[in-house]
Amino acid sequence: MSILIDKSTKVIVQGITGNAGIFHTTLMLDYGTLVVGGVSPGKGGQKVIDGRVPIFDTVEEAKKATGATATCIFVPARFAADAVLEAADAGIDLIVCITEGIPGHDELVFANVVRQKGARLVGPNCPGLLTVGQANIGIIPDNIFIPGPIGVVSRSGTLTYESVDALTRAGLGQTTCVGIGGDPFIGTRFIDVLPLFEADPETKAVVMCGEVGGSDEEIAAEYIKTMTKPVIGFIAGLTAPPGKRMGHAGAIISGTSGTPQAKVDALKAAGVAVAESPSQIPGLVKLALGL
Amino acid sequence: MKLYEYQAKEILKKYKVPVPAGAVAETVDEVRSATAKIGKTVVLKGQVHSGGRGKAGAVKLAKTSDEAAAIAHDLLGKTLFFAQANANLKVNKLLVEEALAIKHEIYIAITQDRTTQRDILIVSTKGGMDIEAVAEESPEAISKTPIDPLLGLTDYTARNALFAAGYDKTLIAKTVPVLKALYAAYIGSDAILAEINPLVITDDGAVIAGDAKWLIDDNALYRQIDLQSFGDSSEDDPIEAEAHRRGIQYVRLEGGNIGIIGNGAGLVMTTMDEVKRAGGAPADFLDIGGGAKAESVRNSLEIVLSDPNVKGVLFNIFGGITRGDEVANGIIEGLAALDVKVPIVVRLAGTRAAEGAAILKQTNLVPAETMQEAAEKIVALALKN
Repeated sequence: MSILIDKSTKVIVQGITGNAGIFHTTLMLDYGTLVVGGVSPGKGGQKVIDGRVPIFDTVEEAKKATGATATCIFVPARFAADAVLEAADAGIDLIVCITEGIPGHDELVFANVVRQKGARLVGPNCPGLLTVGQANIGIIPDNIFIPGPIGVVSRSGTLTYESVDALTRAGLGQTTCVGIGGDPFIGTRFIDVLPLFEADPETKAVVMCGEVGGSDEEIAAEYIKTMTKPVIGFIAGLTAPPGKRMGHAGAIISGTSGTPQAKVDALKAAGVAVAESPSQIPGLVKLALGL
Repeated sequence: MKLYEYQAKEILKKYKVPVPAGAVAETVDEVRSATAKIGKTVVLKGQVHSGGRGKAGAVKLAKTSDEAAAIAHDLLGKTLFFAQANANLKVNKLLVEEALAIKHEIYIAITQDRTTQRDILIVSTKGGMDIEAVAEESPEAISKTPIDPLLGLTDYTARNALFAAGYDKTLIAKTVPVLKALYAAYIGSDAILAEINPLVITDDGAVIAGDAKWLIDDNALYRQIDLQSFGDSSEDDPIEAEAHRRGIQYVRLEGGNIGIIGNGAGLVMTTMDEVKRAGGAPADFLDIGGGAKAESVRNSLEIVLSDPNVKGVLFNIFGGITRGDEVANGIIEGLAALDVKVPIVVRLAGTRAAEGAAILKQTNLVPAETMQEAAEKIVALALKN
C-alpha cells in the first residue's frame, strides 16, 4: 500500500523533450515508474529515451492512446499554466507540476479549474512524489529511500530530501513521500495529504515539514488532533526575518501571520513532536513508534 | 516589485480609476510649473517605497507656486526616517496633485488570500487609517470578500462588499464601477496587492483615488513589458540589488557572519537555522534554485563574498533537479575567478553528489557529510579565524 501513486499508475510527461524532461523521465523509468508517453506539441509520432517513450502532440491524444491517469509537468513557467489546464481538460486525475516561477494569478485560476474538474494537482513549484520501490513522479532523488512505515509530506523539495535521508540513515524506511510545493497557491496542502496517510494501512507515522508563511501548518494541526497515527513535525525558518521573502513565494512572514513559532506552537498543541533540526527527526519517530 | 504612488496611479488612470490632476516632478522648477498648471492648492508627496509618509514629513500642502517651490527646495534630495519601512529613505521625486475637498475617506484593496485560494476584496469605511489598526479597533468596519477567479469581480459581489462594510448606501452605485476598475487594474498588471487608501469621496460627490500602494508579482514581469521600467532598487541593499540584477535569490541578513548558499528555499532556511544552532549567525539567504548551472553557482559565491561581514561560506546542496557535478564545477570556476580568503565548507548530497565530490577533491575546500556537520565545521573554522 501507499498513497496517490504506485507501480500501476500510468504516467505521461508534459514537456518531455526539454533537458529536465528527458533527464528526469529517464530516472523515473529507471526507478520502475510506468511512464507510458510524453507530450510535446509538434513532436507527436517521435519516440525518445531509446525508443521507450512515445510522444504525442496533445494530452488528450496521449491519454486516449495510453490510458494515463497521471501527468508530470516540466513545461517552462510561462507555458505551465496552459499545460495544467490542458491536463485537467483531458481528464487526467493526478497533475504533478514541477515548474517554479508561475505567475500567481495563473495559479489561482488553474487551482480552481482543477478542483472543479475533480482532479488533484500537486504543486506547482514542487519536487513531485515518490512511492518507495514503485513509482517516482517528478525530480525526487530515489537513492535516498528505503521501504518502511513512514509517510513524508513537505512544502520544500530539498528539505524533503534532507528529512528522508535522515530517516534512511537511521534505518527508518518510507511509504510515500509527497513534496507539495512552496508557492502560496498549491493544489494539494498538508490537510489534503494527512488523511491519505491516516487511511493507509502501511503508514505507521507521518513526518511533516513546514516552513514560514501562510497558515497551512496551523490548519493541518487542527486535523492532526483527530489522527490516530503519530506525526513528527519540523518547521524551517526560525531565523527568517519578517517581511523578507525567503525564496519560495509562499515563504514570507507578513505581520503576525506565518511566524515559525506560531506553527511550532500549533503543532505541539496538537500533540506533534516537533524537531528543532532535521537530524532530530529519526529519534522522534523512533520514540513515537516505541522503537 | 514595489511601485511608487505615481506609478500606481499611472496604472489606475489606464484602467479608468479616477485620480487627482497632478504630475511627478524631480526639480524645483518642475514642481513650480506643475503647481501653476493645476492652479489651486496642491499637495506635495515624496515618492518613496513606504507608507506613513505624512508622519515622516514627506507630505505637505502648498497654496501657491512659490510656496510649493520652497517646500520642494527643502524636500527634494532630503533623507527622512519612515517608521513603517523602518528605514531612512531619500526623496528623489515629488508627486504634485490637486488637494481634494474630502467628505469621506474609505479603504479599498485587492490582494491574494492563500487560505481561501481566492483574490480578496477588502473594504473599510475607515479610510486613511492603517488597515491593521482598523482591524483591531473596529473589525465591523471591514469587509473581506472572496472573488471567484473564473468569474472576476461581478457587480453584485462589489455591492455586497460595500454593504457588508456598512458603506453609505447612496454612494454605492457610484463606487461599484471604481471597485471593478481596480480589479481590472489588479489583474491586468499582475499585482499581488492593489490598495487605494484613502479612496476619497469629495464634497461634490466625486470618487477619487487619494493614495495607492501597489505590488507586482515578480514571476509575471516577463509579460508586463510596460511595467518593467518601474522597478527601482535604489532603496534596496546594494548587494541584494546586484544579486537581483544577476537573477539570484538573495536576502541579506543583519548581523551575520556565515555566508549561506543552498538549493531550495526550505533547505536554505533550515541551513540558516542550523548555523544559528551551531553558534554562528547566518549572513544571508541564497537559493541557487532548481537545476542551477555552474555560472550561477559562481555568481552566487561572488555575491555572498561581497559582504565584508562574511567570515566563512557554507554550501549545502541536496540535488534533485540540481546536479552535484554542475554545482562543483561552478564552485571551481568561482575559486579560480575570485580571491577567496575565507574558509568554505561544502556539503553535497543527492543527484550526482559523488561526481561532484570527486571534482572538489583537488581543492582545499572542507567536505561535510551532513548539514549539521557542515554547519558545525563552518562555524568552528570561521570563528577561529
